[in-house]
Amino acid sequence: MGYNWHWGIYFDKIKGGEETYLSWLITGFGWTVAISLCSWIIALVLGGLIGTVRTTPRRWAVRLGDAWVELFRNIPLLVQFFLWFFVVPELLPEKLSLWVKQEMPAKEFITATVCLGLFTSARIAEQVRAGILSLPRGQRLAGLAMGFTLPQTYRYVLLPMACRIILPPLTSEFMNVFKNSSVAFAIGVLELTFQARQMQEDSEQGIETYLAVTVLYFICAFVANRMMVWIENRTRVPGYITAAK
Amino acid sequence: MAMIEIRDVNKWFGRFHVLVDCTSAVDKGEVVVVCGPSGSGKSTLIKCVNGLEPFQKGEIHVNGISVGTAGTDLPKLRSHVGMVFQHFELFPHMTVIENLTIAQEKVLGRGRDAARDKGLSLLDRVGLTEFADKHPGQLSGGQQQRVAIARALAMDPICMLFDEPTSALDPEMIGEVLAVMQDLARDGMTMMVVTHEMGFARNVAHRVIFMDQGRILEDATKEEFFGTPRSERAQTFLSKILSH
Ligand SMILES: Nc1ncnc2c1ncn2[C@@H]1O[C@H](COP(=O)(O)OP(=O)(O)OP(=O)(O)O)[C@@H](O)[C@H]1O
Ligand SMILES: [Mg+2]
Repeated sequence: MGYNWHWGIYFDKIKGGEETYLSWLITGFGWTVAISLCSWIIALVLGGLIGTVRTTPRRWAVRLGDAWVELFRNIPLLVQFFLWFFVVPELLPEKLSLWVKQEMPAKEFITATVCLGLFTSARIAEQVRAGILSLPRGQRLAGLAMGFTLPQTYRYVLLPMACRIILPPLTSEFMNVFKNSSVAFAIGVLELTFQARQMQEDSEQGIETYLAVTVLYFICAFVANRMMVWIENRTRVPGYITAAK
Repeated sequence: MAMIEIRDVNKWFGRFHVLVDCTSAVDKGEVVVVCGPSGSGKSTLIKCVNGLEPFQKGEIHVNGISVGTAGTDLPKLRSHVGMVFQHFELFPHMTVIENLTIAQEKVLGRGRDAARDKGLSLLDRVGLTEFADKHPGQLSGGQQQRVAIARALAMDPICMLFDEPTSALDPEMIGEVLAVMQDLARDGMTMMVVTHEMGFARNVAHRVIFMDQGRILEDATKEEFFGTPRSERAQTFLSKILSH
């Protein structure tokens, strides 16, 4: 195999520029983390709300929540990126549409974040719903019987336990956000995968490039995992056996 | 005026008629035991009293307030109607004392210290002071049910509803829970108790209601009920229950 190993490639300057390849990778890593964290926050807020609403006695709200989940989880993520990038701006009122297409700052970043955030919110909504429904029915009744309103019953009784129960699946969802953010390269976000492709084409050192990228993605997922495990341990309820469920 | 008044209550689950023309009343300070075979609608009836289950026909008044009427402030009504469940239903993520104070603070608006003092004195009453900072999962079933009773009492209820409070307990723990309930009854608490503990009914109850297939078949003083129950169903039920 006639491959020319060159481990110093990260510190070489890019062709016809002043930056190093390393700075490309670091920028990419930065965008990946930014997209992932921002969409994670969107996903938690929306997914938490929608998942909760789907367990209330409000019929129309439940249906709306169900529709949301079906919509976002039945379309491939890549297609969703294209829809948000190419189709949604066309559907906006004329002035807004023009502004989005020509003037909106950080257009790719915002589009990617919204897209990934909504996609993930559907998955979180599903887990939040399952978590709440896995609680004994008597818990809701006990909350209401104490004189709590329905929102208070959710706030003080149901959600604290449901959140604890769904922490393990949420952990893998959090790791997925980082991995899924790589699809954003398709709409031109300068995130890690995009930068890697660029570096590989520019330098022709594919192995070194993708090795570095692998390590960086691994670090993201690993740190995400450790953070969630830490939270899990911090919120563990003494004497409560989840395995019995 | 009766503390709990149930008049011609009918309830359907879909097309299934769970409660049929149920009428009864519980006076202030009275202890009424509700018994009957499984599926006869005891739990459903008792949940109608504090509006946890809606009903389609009839009226229920608690301390003069109509439960089934739209516009009734149900949370407010429930906040002073204590309820104890078969499976305790303590809030597992809170310590015992937090279980006793949370609704005092969030529903009644009591201050932290006042709520805590009240909670501790009630824990003392049920003999569980040293468990204040434990979590429910670290307590035995009997202890959990005593905490659940204390939790209900912390709201200064005007009456208490019990739905089979001892039937999820190991036999050796039933006594400690019944003792607490007996104590409550002696203090004059108005109580509606679904139970198969006929010993409790004999010792503590003033009246016994017998239900079958959604109907109240017997509503009699304890003496009448254990003396000469009129319906055949109640007789068979009693002989079955007392024989084991
Ligand atoms: N949410 C529900 N939907 C449909 N049917 C129900 C519902 N809850 C209870 N039922 C039915 O209503 C009937 C009465 O139930 P209920 O729980 O009141 O009986 P019970 O007398 O308390 O019985 P047990 O001694 O087993 O607790 C039962 O046949 C039950 O299957
Ligand atoms: Mg029952």
